Amino acid sequence: MTAPFEQTDDSVVVIIGTGAGGGVLANELAQKGVSVVSLEAGGRYLPEDFINDEWESFGQLAWTDPRTTSGDWRVAKDFSGLPAWIVKAVGGTTTHWAGASLRFQEHEWKAATTYGEVQGANLLDWPIDAAEMAPWYEKAETKLGVTRTGGRPGLPGNNNYKVFEKGAKALGYSEVHTGRMAINSEDYDGRLACQQTGFCFQGCKWGAKWSSVYTDIEYGEATGNLEVRERCHAARILHDDSGKVTGVEYFDADGNLQMQAARIVCVAGNSFESPRLLLNSASSMFPDGLANSSGQVGRNYMRHMTGSVYGVFDKPVRMWRGTTMAGIVQDEAKHDPSRGFVGGFELETLSLGLPFMAAFLDPGAWGREFTTALDGYENMAGLWIVGEDMPQETNRVTLNHDVTDQFGLPVVNVHFDDHPNDVAMRNYAYEKGMAIYDAVGATRTFPTPPYPSTHNLGTNRMSENARDGVVNKWGQTHDVANLFVSDGSQFTTGAAENPTLTIVALAIRQADHIAREMSAGTL
Amino acid sequence: MQKSASSGQAHRGLTRRQLLSRASAAGASFVVGAGFIAAPDAAWAAETVALKPGSFATLVQMARDIYPHDHVSDEYYVIAVRGYDSAEAAEGIEAGIAALDAAAQGRGHASYLAVSWERERVDILRAMEDSPFFQQIRGGLVTGLYNQKAVWPLFGYEGESFSEGGYIDRGFDDIAWL
Ligand SMILES: Cc1cc2nc3c(=O)[nH]c(=O)nc-3n(C[C@H](O)[C@H](O)[C@H](O)COP(=O)(O)OP(=O)(O)OC[C@H]3O[C@@H](n4cnc5c(N)ncnc54)[C@H](O)[C@@H]3O)c2cc1C
Ligand code: SF4
Repeated sequence: MTAPFEQTDDSVVVIIGTGAGGGVLANELAQKGVSVVSLEAGGRYLPEDFINDEWESFGQLAWTDPRTTSGDWRVAKDFSGLPAWIVKAVGGTTTHWAGASLRFQEHEWKAATTYGEVQGANLLDWPIDAAEMAPWYEKAETKLGVTRTGGRPGLPGNNNYKVFEKGAKALGYSEVHTGRMAINSEDYDGRLACQQTGFCFQGCKWGAKWSSVYTDIEYGEATGNLEVRERCHAARILHDDSGKVTGVEYFDADGNLQMQAARIVCVAGNSFESPRLLLNSASSMFPDGLANSSGQVGRNYMRHMTGSVYGVFDKPVRMWRGTTMAGIVQDEAKHDPSRGFVGGFELETLSLGLPFMAAFLDPGAWGREFTTALDGYENMAGLWIVGEDMPQETNRVTLNHDVTDQFGLPVVNVHFDDHPNDVAMRNYAYEKGMAIYDAVGATRTFPTPPYPSTHNLGTNRMSENARDGVVNKWGQTHDVANLFVSDGSQFTTGAAENPTLTIVALAIRQADHIAREMSAGTL
Repeated sequence: MQKSASSGQAHRGLTRRQLLSRASAAGASFVVGAGFIAAPDAAWAAETVALKPGSFATLVQMARDIYPHDHVSDEYYVIAVRGYDSAEAAEGIEAGIAALDAAAQGRGHASYLAVSWERERVDILRAMEDSPFFQQIRGGLVTGLYNQKAVWPLFGYEGESFSEGGYIDRGFDDIAWL
């Protein structure tokens, strides 16, 4: 059923990346009869291919092409070549993701207005708001089958959740539940209910968790309007003398340079590769990179304020059984500056298997302080902190011309320093997380540093005015009318919530806009 | 592309039971290592290929001192560092072990292995923890030791669960002590 398009066919929309943003956009356009060619750097893996083994799965799915790091974040020291833990495969990081699907809170669309002046932060209001996004969120929740929305029941709580819930309630938290998850609590959309296997990060072998690789991509292909070219790495976006983009150069699976013509190009390679592609597309007309008249391409990189807390008890928990992210405390997500910081955070249960726990609990640590912690692995419970971090102009993705990838293209350097607001929020959240476990009798707790980034946002941000950002409220670049950004790099600010539901809602809305403008002949 | 579209289709149509039987067929290829058998009293150290037996024994002790787990027997540490007993690695490892022994001798011991208290061996390691040799051994152990499937049960970790149908009927919420 898949549609093969000619490389010279300049009527197609070319989308780069097939993850949360690109995969959804491709299907939504295909459903509306638009011809789409999706270029995806990775290969295609389906549930039967996924591996219930942390390192083997990492080898199968993760993006391990070279990248470099700088800045005061600990990732730059412990994982200097791996700033982000994201996927290179059809479906992108929606194979890895845990499924937590939360809407932004109303005030989070207007961070600059709500928080006021925060020194060193490059805050800006989104050019859209909660009312504008509500119908798109609803479509996204229906697509993903999000639990506790649209009448869908919540998931049952596993052992890790039960410990977390009891501690949270003992502390007086009231918004405590098993989350709004893109994981089926009953059969939905032809996919099974969650079987509580506990390898959500490794790709759900039951298909119970939404991932674009076995939903949107296949539905789009079934229309005959979508061709996905796997193992095709976009290298450069081309333009004509009028400054409109005309096509994309890419390396195919054999490493040969190819070109696909395009009427419209949409970039959705996640927040490192999307700005990298714009910067690598510099030309005499656009010497600082495509769509970069503001100088904001690559800037304002956000990764959420994160951290984890693990607690050890005197009896078994076996946190790895069942959904990896099995519940949430939302009481701290509000904006309450009396806590010593602006913005808020969510607490969500998390579990790692023994191999990843050894690598991530306290990277580089050794000796008995470390090994006695792992001795308590069976008796451990865990949670993850995810909060709003401050956009800073100097937190930035740039081209590193000293290091090239397998195609000879400059790789990205990712520079990140914590903002004092991020540090204050993290320390406060660590205390709350440890208190949750102390309340249930933890014998030891561990405030664990952030992992390589899983949420990567903001490097092509959305702005009302062209001088402040890269794209307008449709994700269309301010500088080039037929060039769009369709992934998490559009985020103006990060909010406290996990980003994917918002990425998906924006992609559905963008597809609607593009199709409308195409038929009106304005694109 | 043909393949994936059709298998995707099939996957959505399959029942849980069909998926399970597919999984256990795949599981057959899931074989644990060659089955190292711990020989009594460091006999393994005498079977080295490229390293001096004493050096290999020192390496195993060093591995234990870096990541000590008293309920994990030597055989797993041996497996974790066995890769260094090769022609390519031997030269660097011998040099590192020599430095370790020299540090022990500086403290009045015959060798690193001759230091009887873990605390004192750890002091020696702390003093060299930024060296490339130490970081090579420590870094390698993170996967070399903890990614051995045979080690997982010693920590209670159950590993893969898909072939058994997940935990939905096997205790995902069985905590009783709360
Ligand atoms: C372990 C983990 C758990 C997570 N849990 C959650 C969660 O519970 N809730 C939540 O909301 N989010 C979660 N996330 C984050 C979520 O997965 C991402 O926010 C989301 O997938 C990002 O979507 P995207 O479209 O921006 O990029 P991706 O989904 O990463 O897709 C980008 C795609 O573009 C491809 N690509 C990149 N460059 C090129 C190129 N030059 N040419 C061709 N293709 C290219 C990549 O291979 C990739 O397939 C999690 C992430 C991880 C890693
Ligand atoms: S716990 Fe549920 S969602 Fe997670 S991988 Fe297993 S079946 Fe899929």
